[in-house]
Amino acid sequence: MIFDLTEDHLMMRKMVRDFAEKECRAGAEERDETEEFPREIWNKLAELGLAGISFPEEYGGVGADYIAYAIAVEELSRVDASVGVTLSAHASLCVNPIYKFGTEAQKTKFLPPLCTGEKIGAFGLTEPLAGSDASGTRTTVVRDGDGYIINGSKIFITNAKEADTYVITAQMDRNKGNKGISAFILEKGMPGFTFGKKEKKMGIRSSATYELVFDNVRVPKENLLGEEGQGFKIAMVTLDYGRIGIAAQALGIAQGAYEAALKYAKERVQFGQPIAKFQINQFKLADMATQIEAARLLVYQACYYADQHRPVGKYSAMAKMFASDIAMWVTTEAVQMFGGYGYTREYPVERMMRDAKITQIYEGTNEIQRVVISGNILKE
Amino acid sequence: MGVNIVVCIKQTFDTEAKIVLDNNGQIDPNGVNMIINPYDEFAIEEGIRLKEKFGGEVTVVSLGGSRTQEALRTALAMGADKAILVSDAALDRVDEWTVAEVLTKVVSGLAYDLILAGRIAIDDGSSQVAVRLAENLGIPSVSSVLKIEVNEGEATVMREIDGGTELIAVNLPCLLTAQKGLNEPRYPSVAGIMKAKKKELKSLTLQDLNMNAEDLVAKMQIARYSLPTPRQGGRKVPGDAAAAARELARLLREEAKVL
Repeated sequence: MIFDLTEDHLMMRKMVRDFAEKECRAGAEERDETEEFPREIWNKLAELGLAGISFPEEYGGVGADYIAYAIAVEELSRVDASVGVTLSAHASLCVNPIYKFGTEAQKTKFLPPLCTGEKIGAFGLTEPLAGSDASGTRTTVVRDGDGYIINGSKIFITNAKEADTYVITAQMDRNKGNKGISAFILEKGMPGFTFGKKEKKMGIRSSATYELVFDNVRVPKENLLGEEGQGFKIAMVTLDYGRIGIAAQALGIAQGAYEAALKYAKERVQFGQPIAKFQINQFKLADMATQIEAARLLVYQACYYADQHRPVGKYSAMAKMFASDIAMWVTTEAVQMFGGYGYTREYPVERMMRDAKITQIYEGTNEIQRVVISGNILKE
Repeated sequence: MGVNIVVCIKQTFDTEAKIVLDNNGQIDPNGVNMIINPYDEFAIEEGIRLKEKFGGEVTVVSLGGSRTQEALRTALAMGADKAILVSDAALDRVDEWTVAEVLTKVVSGLAYDLILAGRIAIDDGSSQVAVRLAENLGIPSVSSVLKIEVNEGEATVMREIDGGTELIAVNLPCLLTAQKGLNEPRYPSVAGIMKAKKKELKSLTLQDLNMNAEDLVAKMQIARYSLPTPRQGGRKVPGDAAAAARELARLLREEAKVL
């Protein structure tokens, strides 16, 4: 078993860290305040090949692997988790399902502009009545000549309004439950496809989150992703891989908060000495560092299985659940170590703590991760 | 026309690295993050831009231990075509003269129109190696360059001087050293990083260069390194603004003796 990253991976980490420090750090606090989408940063990271990092060159990507992708999301999130999730939602939830389930024609048409980052992708599964339980999907689709008509809405959609390409699910036959769900590729600007309210969120505030509204949206049959009735399966596979991105995001947040706490503990003097001299803080830092290392191994392990084309669902669920739980813990303890300053927006740990919370919720709550993990274990 | 460019680079400590002396009083490189000397990054970037504009080839050259490969790989990932590393146990202790001698030997064997380097290395700050190299090669050099325009057989360069700039026309081949402001170095792209390992990185020893360690003994010996005295705490001048300002002025004149 070899735990060293390759020279390429190390160089990519250095590059993305450098990029995040120089291009993302300075504005992170302001974007959090103004909820401004990091469009300029997106354009720059796209130029570096990050938008299509783990997809093949023939579709406009650069052909790196999942570990490279996870490192990219991790390093961006270490500085600004909103930037991290923008990339994760784009790559994992839109580019990946098209790459995995699209026809050659769909791949040739949709993937190149997404992989080069000229276009941004999003994914619409969640609805008011369909959160953890996708069978509650109320967005309907009916056949209409050589196409389909979609009606309904989706909520909490990451990258919505900013994105150009959307993979969404709709119910064709409610009697069939999950088997009645189909997936479609939608494009911004299709008549009847609009955006509803913008969510006011606790964290990842500069990530765009809107409602998608479908009012008699006519979709050509070429935009059906996979087969009719395959939508639920597509969504589940997409999330199996997508959780790698969220796990990496959570890992990055934890790493960022830990580094901030470590630095602060060495500098902050109370009772005549740096607070890092107090055992309670030493133990906290030790626990943080250990948990982060454990999370990192789980995340990279899930990447390794994905790169080996082996079943990834159990491992990505474990990585996502564990990394997000420790991100919440590490950021909370980081705020605690900063004391009153940690509770103010003067220091980034306050933002990191708010950002961490969502990683326990989206792309399957951590309760659902346990369902996924136990389901896999009991099947084995 | 194609322009063949040689860029001389040095791997240095990260600007944020904490300098520690080991038991023998030498600077301890263990656990230190290494980077390409930032001024050399400007040189690499300029070389790549000129190549992209005119065609030709960019060869990066460095002298150092095996870790220096990282710096050269990064330059290749940014877009340089080839790299040469001179690495030899006998080159453990070198001075600017030694490095210039070795680089002269390497560069003499290459076809070049232009040699670029940073104007200074942020570690020892001597600003000597590049100009010594030009002298050894018998070509003109211009330091602290802010702008480079290459035309047939010559370059027009703007260099920084005290309080202004100077425009100089210089014949090719020549050596130019890069000043901050010349350009904004690119990040290596993911594709660039993946291609870098397929590019040629030649590692040479002194023997490969037909050189002898005895002929390269450093002319300068470093007697001792010492760390700067730690910064003293600040001092507050209390009182209302006018009185405090008067007191501050007095302290600056009589105690600090800077006024």
